Amino acid sequence: MAVVVRIPTPLRKLTGNQNEVREEGGTIREILKNLELHYPGIGERLADESGELRRFINVYVNEEDIRFREGLDTPIKPGDEVSIIPAIAGGAA
Amino acid sequence: MGMPGSRPLNREILLPASLSKEILVHCLSVRPEEGCGLVAADSSGRAVAVLPITNALHSPVRYQMETREQFDAMKRLRREGWSLWAIFHSHPHSEPAPSPTDIRLAFYPDCLYIIAGLGTDPPILRCFSIVDGKISEHILRIVPDSVTNLD
Ligand SMILES: [Zn+2]
Repeated sequence: MAVVVRIPTPLRKLTGNQNEVREEGGTIREILKNLELHYPGIGERLADESGELRRFINVYVNEEDIRFREGLDTPIKPGDEVSIIPAIAGGAA
Repeated sequence: MGMPGSRPLNREILLPASLSKEILVHCLSVRPEEGCGLVAADSSGRAVAVLPITNALHSPVRYQMETREQFDAMKRLRREGWSLWAIFHSHPHSEPAPSPTDIRLAFYPDCLYIIAGLGTDPPILRCFSIVDGKISEHILRIVPDSVTNLD
């Protein structure tokens, strides 16, 4: 089933300026795969060559960080909301 | 705001005095660690609120916003009808200009980057855009709260 995926401002260029899209998938991994299918280029911004989530990308299902659930295998059910949130970081070093 | 490429360089950016003070008060309160947070704008593009966020690294030379607080802050922005206007952080000792790491990790090209330099008395704020690894500095004007930034 399709769920709402919230797209952060830095990635909206890839979704035709949509801040929310609907995507099918039973897990986050499937949703990311379908996102790349519909919005080419978004996949490599979210995951590295081995398919793992990039270090500075956070993904939430509803109120929970998927790193504290089952990572990319976190299951999705109808009505869930997926949020993609690039980290905000920096440093002098 | 248009596409990053079409944005004029060295824009004049108006920051209400009360918000400037909130940024500095927060950054000074966590010194010697780097402090960080977000500045929200209302639908007319006027800076209206400062949302301090914990530096999860608790470091004097690095910052990363605590993920949960950042998520909650983004949710609050959406609920209030605000947009992300600026990301701020402090340099407790070094000059307030983007470091190579700041530039490499600048994932929000449509947003302003405000850096508070705490190594001087008084502290100073400077404001930049960081797009595709290129920095442009804007003219940051601290203005009375009654002055609005309609752009
Ligand atoms: Zn910095």
